[in-house]
Order: sequence, then C-alpha cells, then structure tokens
Amino acid sequence: MSRTGDAAGVTRAEYCVIACAEAWRGDGEVLASPMGLIPSLGARLARRTFAPDLLLTDGEALLVGPDGAAEGWLPYRRHLTMVTGGRRHVMMGASQLDRYGNQNISCIGDWERPDRQLLGVRGAPVNTLNNPVSYWVPRHTRRVFVERVDMVCGVGYDRAAAAGPSATRYHRIPRVVSDLGVFDFETPDRSMRLVSVHPGVTVERVREATGFPPAVPAGGVPETREPTAGELRLIREELDPAGRREREVPGV
Amino acid sequence: MSGKVMEPDEAIGGLRSGMTVGIGGWGARRKPMALVRALLRSEVTDLTVISYGGPDIGLLAAAGRIRKLVTAFVTLDSVPLEPHYRAARERGAFALTEIDEAMFLWGLTAAANRLPFLPVRAGLGSDVMRVDPELRTVRSPYGDGEEFVAMPALRMDAALVHLNRADRRGNACYLGPDPYFDDLFCEAADTAYVSCESLVDGFGDVPPQRLLVSRHAVTGVVEAPNGAHFTSCAPDYGRDEAFLRMYATTPWEEFAGRFLDGDEKTYQSAVEAWREEAR
Repeated sequence: MSRTGDAAGVTRAEYCVIACAEAWRGDGEVLASPMGLIPSLGARLARRTFAPDLLLTDGEALLVGPDGAAEGWLPYRRHLTMVTGGRRHVMMGASQLDRYGNQNISCIGDWERPDRQLLGVRGAPVNTLNNPVSYWVPRHTRRVFVERVDMVCGVGYDRAAAAGPSATRYHRIPRVVSDLGVFDFETPDRSMRLVSVHPGVTVERVREATGFPPAVPAGGVPETREPTAGELRLIREELDPAGRREREVPGV
Repeated sequence: MSGKVMEPDEAIGGLRSGMTVGIGGWGARRKPMALVRALLRSEVTDLTVISYGGPDIGLLAAAGRIRKLVTAFVTLDSVPLEPHYRAARERGAFALTEIDEAMFLWGLTAAANRLPFLPVRAGLGSDVMRVDPELRTVRSPYGDGEEFVAMPALRMDAALVHLNRADRRGNACYLGPDPYFDDLFCEAADTAYVSCESLVDGFGDVPPQRLLVSRHAVTGVVEAPNGAHFTSCAPDYGRDEAFLRMYATTPWEEFAGRFLDGDEKTYQSAVEAWREEAR
C-alpha cells in the first residue's frame, strides 16, 4: 500500500528528505550542492522554505532559481572556485565512511589493484578542506559504515588534524544522513554521534548496521523531526510528484 | 597558416608511442571521440594519458594503449562506473596517478603558465598523498606560514579536444554551457589538435567570450561532424544514451569489431546501422 498520498503516513524517504534539508539550515547565501536524488529534494525543499538565500544549480553549468530560470553561470572551473572560496555546502555520497568522517568513493580493496574500482577521488579532497561537507547514505550497512576506509578521499576529523592547520582551517563535516538516522561529530574526539533516528528505527538497529560503535547521547536519542504539512505538500506535489524518492529509500 | 586542416588520422600521425597526451571534455561530455577513434586505429601505444575521464579512457584502456593514467575520476555520467576502465584497473593493466579535480585544474594551469607547480588547498590529509609518494608540500613564504600541496604541472606532448566550431587557423568556440578545461589543455601541451562539429570561415554572431581556444595554441584542426559521439556536444547533440548503454554492456572485442575497425566515416555508418537495427 502506498502511503505517499496520506498526510498522516510520512514515509522513511520523506524523513530522509527533511533530514537532508536541515543540513542547509542557517547556511545563508551559499551554494547547496546535493549529490543524489534525496539530497537534491532536500536542498530544493530548504530553498523553498527556511533557507531562501541558498543558491542551486541545474546540474550542469547554470545557477537557477526555484522556477528554473537562470540567475548565474557556474561551469566546472568556476564551481571549483566556489569550493575553495568556501561559499558552498555539499552533500556527497560515500561508498565507505568511518567514525571520524573519512570517506571513500575511489575503490574497494588495495588501491594498487582494487577488488572493485569505483569512481575515483573526484572533488572529495578539495571539498573537505575548503567548504562544509555533509554525507548521504541511502542504505546504512556495515559495508558502508566501516572501521577503516580503504582510500581516504573525503578527509575526516582525525586525518585533517594530523595534516595540520592548513587542513583544519576550513574543514567541517556538519552531518551524515542515512536511511536510518542523522549523525554529527559533536563529541570530544570528533567521532560520529547519533543525533536522531528516523521514526520506526531503533538505536539498536543503528548499532547493528554500523561497523563501529557510534556515540549515543546518554539522555536518549530523539526522532528525526516531522515534516510540516506545507513541506509534505511541496515534496509530494511539486518537488517529486512521481515519487522517485520511494525507490531510493523504500518502506515506512 | 592554412596548413592546419587535417583528417583525423593525419592529426594522430603527430603522436608517438610513449608520449603524454591530454584529452579534453569531462566525463561523458564533449570528448574528442573521433580523434580517440583515430588513435585506436594507429599503432601509438604506451601512453601517459591525462583526462577528466570518460569513455575515452575506457576505450584506450580496453585497447591496452595506456601505460599511465592521470585522473580524478572515470565515469560515463548516466552509467556511473566505466566498465572497461574498471576491468583494466582490477587486472592492474596500467599505472594510475589519482588526483583531486582541483589539483588537476591547478596542474593544467601551472603547465599553461610554464610553472613547475602551483599551491593548492587539496590533497592534505587524504590518501592521494599516500598513493603518489612523489607529491610534495610547500610552505607559504608570507606571515600565515600555511602549508599546501605543490601540485606539479601537467605538461603534455599533445592535447586532443573537441569544440562546436573552428576556423581553418585553429580558433575554436564552444556553444554549450560549459567550456570545461579545453583551452588549458591546449595551452598546457606542446601540440594540440582540435576537432570540431563544423569548420567555419568566420564566427559571425558568436559572442567573443565563446571563442575559447586561440590558434597560437593549436597545431591541427579536424572537421569531425558528430565527432564527440557517443558523448554529448551541447547544443549540437546530447549524449547518445542508448548507444552508451550498449557500449557499457557489450564485450570489448565485439564492440571493437563492429565499430572500430574502419575509419571515422565507417564508424558513423556503423552507428547508423546499429540505430536502424535497434529501432
């Protein structure tokens, strides 16, 4: 039974959209760079509601307003300037992610001769040293949340600290959103902490699906916030009327 | 000055085995595929290839022409992972220098400006430093004392790029939304070959900002209609998604046998025949 049309039955995918959107709250006039469908819906939702100053791209070389009309030119070379200038908050994917936020999208296994070649480091090294980088993981498993990543592409807190002040100066990982919950690194040793679980998910389930013990607040873990009626309407009727979000994160 | 117009094979005739070759475009976007196909027809091999990689790398890797690849990624965009590149990497077919997208840009910029390196705030703390032990850092000589990666210049023997229009002297313009880094590739190379959708006598109403590549940085000009196929060449045409998916799922020998045995005209005819068949 599809519950996407029922305002009372918020789906897991919709909580994920809300959790991703929240990543850009308070960012001001910066470029929201979402990788993947649910982060894209989150960025556009944020732009349409509580973060109206955000800049968005058409996925190619244009900055566009909510109606799709161009308001700027952003080819790759200028995009890279925006990265290093810091006026950007990207939400990247991660094939592997460890407790300090080191991310891998390059390869699985030994880099010299990988078991599985993936995309490559792409812009992860420059992103993580220059502007806030959040992560989105659509399927939270021990294969993604690992003790140690095979190739550090995006730089985590421990590796940035070891690399010195030039690496830490603009380094920040505000949050990680998965299909199970939301995480940050607001712990004394900057390791990953469970901030909220999506309704229907238990802390125990998060622990089982994570290859390291995430920090869990002593007072208990709240649930990811509910969408407002207006947000639900925007997601369902305007941003994703075809319901593609339910294929990226199935279930309730 | 009028001797710059060439056939694809003539342009590739300027390359030798062992050279360092840069390939413009980005992923599956505006790749000089007609020139890559000509390269596949030649005997040139043992190449160091520098590319924001797409099917150019898949084709050259599958054909065993690469000794070393310098890249930040290889992707077909709509098919995220390039199957022939993956297979080659997983069998250890060539050496890889894996750098970040911005490191790549500053490597090109350094080469175009005849600098040995440029400092970048990228790479520190990441494993690009581990997998390339030759990478060095440099300290700012000013009061801040900050330390950066010293990205070495990506100087190349030859660059291959594809643009929408070019004149016979080697000036060329892009008509799509993104110039990528094709001008830098040409300026970072000792020789540069520009293929284009069509040769023009003048650029007419094209805004001057679109005249990306200047003739002083160009060795040869090749008219190659549909020459970026099956990558995109906006606004002339988009990515050929059906062909791309077929390429990604067809065994290499079968694909090469059907599409890469003849010259560029034969390739374009084979694509037409395939399209008729697939209809």
